[in-house]
Amino acid sequence: MTTTTADARSQPGAGAPPATRSAALTSYDVADFSVPTMRDEDWRFTPLSRLAGLHDGSFVASGTPVKRSVAELPSGVRIENVGRDDKRIGTALVPFDRISAQAYTSFTEAFVLSVDKDIQVETPVVVDVGGGDLDGASFAHTVVDIGAGSEVTVVLDHTGPAVLADNVEVLVGDNAKLILVSVQDFDSGSVHLQHQRLKLGRDARITHISVSLGGDVVRQFTTVDYTGRGGDAQALGIYFADGGQHLEHRQLVDHSVPDCRSNVVYRGALQGKDAHTVWIGDVLIRPEATGTDTYEINRNLVLTEGARADSVPNLEIQTGEVVGAGHASATGRFDDEQLFYLMSRGITAENARRLVVRGFFAELIGRIPVEELRDRITATVEARLAEAGA
Amino acid sequence: MSTLEIRDLHVSVAIADGEEKQILRGGVDLTVKAGETHAIMGPNGSGKSTLAYSIAGHPKYRITSGSVTLDGEDLLSMTVDERARAGMFLAMQYPVEVPGVSVSNFLRTAATAVRGEAPKLRTWIKEVKEAMERLEVDSAFAERNVNEGFSGGEKKRHEILQLELLKPKIAILDETDSGLDIDALRVVSDGVNRVSETGEVGVLLITHYTRILRYVKPDFVHVFVGGKIVEEGGSELADRLESEGYVRYTKAAV
Ligand SMILES: Nc1ncnc2c1ncn2[C@@H]1O[C@H](COP(=O)(O)OP(=O)(O)OP(=O)(O)O)[C@@H](O)[C@H]1O
Ligand SMILES: [Mg+2]
Repeated sequence: MTTTTADARSQPGAGAPPATRSAALTSYDVADFSVPTMRDEDWRFTPLSRLAGLHDGSFVASGTPVKRSVAELPSGVRIENVGRDDKRIGTALVPFDRISAQAYTSFTEAFVLSVDKDIQVETPVVVDVGGGDLDGASFAHTVVDIGAGSEVTVVLDHTGPAVLADNVEVLVGDNAKLILVSVQDFDSGSVHLQHQRLKLGRDARITHISVSLGGDVVRQFTTVDYTGRGGDAQALGIYFADGGQHLEHRQLVDHSVPDCRSNVVYRGALQGKDAHTVWIGDVLIRPEATGTDTYEINRNLVLTEGARADSVPNLEIQTGEVVGAGHASATGRFDDEQLFYLMSRGITAENARRLVVRGFFAELIGRIPVEELRDRITATVEARLAEAGA
Repeated sequence: MSTLEIRDLHVSVAIADGEEKQILRGGVDLTVKAGETHAIMGPNGSGKSTLAYSIAGHPKYRITSGSVTLDGEDLLSMTVDERARAGMFLAMQYPVEVPGVSVSNFLRTAATAVRGEAPKLRTWIKEVKEAMERLEVDSAFAERNVNEGFSGGEKKRHEILQLELLKPKIAILDETDSGLDIDALRVVSDGVNRVSETGEVGVLLITHYTRILRYVKPDFVHVFVGGKIVEEGGSELADRLESEGYVRYTKAAV
């Protein structure tokens, strides 16, 4: 794959440094934040006019709130709808931008999924998030609380129509191991602006897999915080933007504790007119975070003309004592040599491209421990390729 | 019985910024029939791979004049995949890595394309297994990604594995013998001979070494210098090249 194309940018080091972002104002009050504009570093890639007014208070307030439901609840796992005064709310997350604060101010009931201590939950817990509409805005708050020493897979599956701004706080207890798959697959016309904050205990491990396929605009901000040594965060992402879609993924991995690891791997494909993806990967290694091991990479495969991928890795290292720290970003079109090799074996151009795209995502999709979900993502990718005649 | 006919081929390669460099300047006339084995030998940079890639349809090469036909059909007007389905096969000098695509998936997709229908699963698995055993390719390779992390020799065996499974009419082997250890050379040569002994495949073997010609007996040897065939003969010509080198041709070409 080539490293750059005319309509794809990769700007290592551009933009606000992670330290600045991590020091940004945090507040529960919308009024404390000014309305974002295209001139703001954090918003310059985002199509503000397509956010249904979620960013400036001009939204229509009457949206049907999304509902969260779990079809099969394994023992040791509890779900509750709780009032705003529940003490678990706000333990991991304080909003740091206006939309997140708007969501925080406006939700009525929070959804809490908690897992007992020291248990192994074999079956994945699939939370269906849906039932919204496109008529007005909906706000939500979710807490995922994994007890110390437990192992579990949780899926947040966002489907149907929605104009949604929400916050998700994830607490992974000491020694716990969580695989959290977040699927953004809302209907076309939907807007989904989400802040997920992952807080890891000592020796806690999370594999966070973000999959963005549907919706008119998706902007997901994922923050990783460590509270004890030995924390390990694998932040993986898969996205496929079709014509007109804006899919934006931002991460801030805040290494503030010694001896923790992070590995950020996002891969995206784009096709069609005005398909736009944004990946901003911020990693901050604070002076006290010695022994940190981190790597972040974003790769984009631009399948057709007229699509644009922005990709900005930002790595800020404030200590000399790291185990490893690196970043990479590559955006390109199909590799001609790969296509030639496949076609020289009789495989049509269309099938060769399909093989390459499938291969591009295969490893990341393979990390999702839910077969139906893997199949669904693969099927969506294939259907989109077929549709575009790629 | 299939016949590949190459006539008066002129080929240029795209170098930087729209510039082109003429590599084959006519003087390549070659007829390869099923059952025959032709060896092409020539110094580095003389255009052997250019010839092979142009016949396969690599986008980097532009044919400015001349013709290539397979059983009278114009190959040059076909797309790369159409050429392969018409019966052409190129074992590449530098096989390409295709991340995320497993060998087993790749082989089955290719066989389906070339044969026009998906091979029956049960017989296919057996067919692949046997071919892998003959080429002494470990069965674990089936689950690895195409050419990814393969050693030089493993890549070459994987090319011959495809040759055996895809059963083309004409096979061009571009330095398949380079980088092979003694045992691998024998295994690969046996593979080529098995294909060739069917009498249904014409083989065009590009090589630098007479080593492989001890196992794979060529019916014809062509000396390729400066983008042209400068001499043709039987297998004795290869022996003479081995002892004398290309000096007399390169001198004559100047
Ligand atoms: N992209 C390119 N830019 C410039 N020159 C090129 C390019 N591709 C091929 N050539 C030149 O074309 C000539 C023929 O190359 P070719 O690969 O066909 O040689 P070859 O006979 O196969 O050599 P070898 O025995 O080393 O494999 C060489 O001089 C090579 O440098
Ligand atoms: Mg060559």
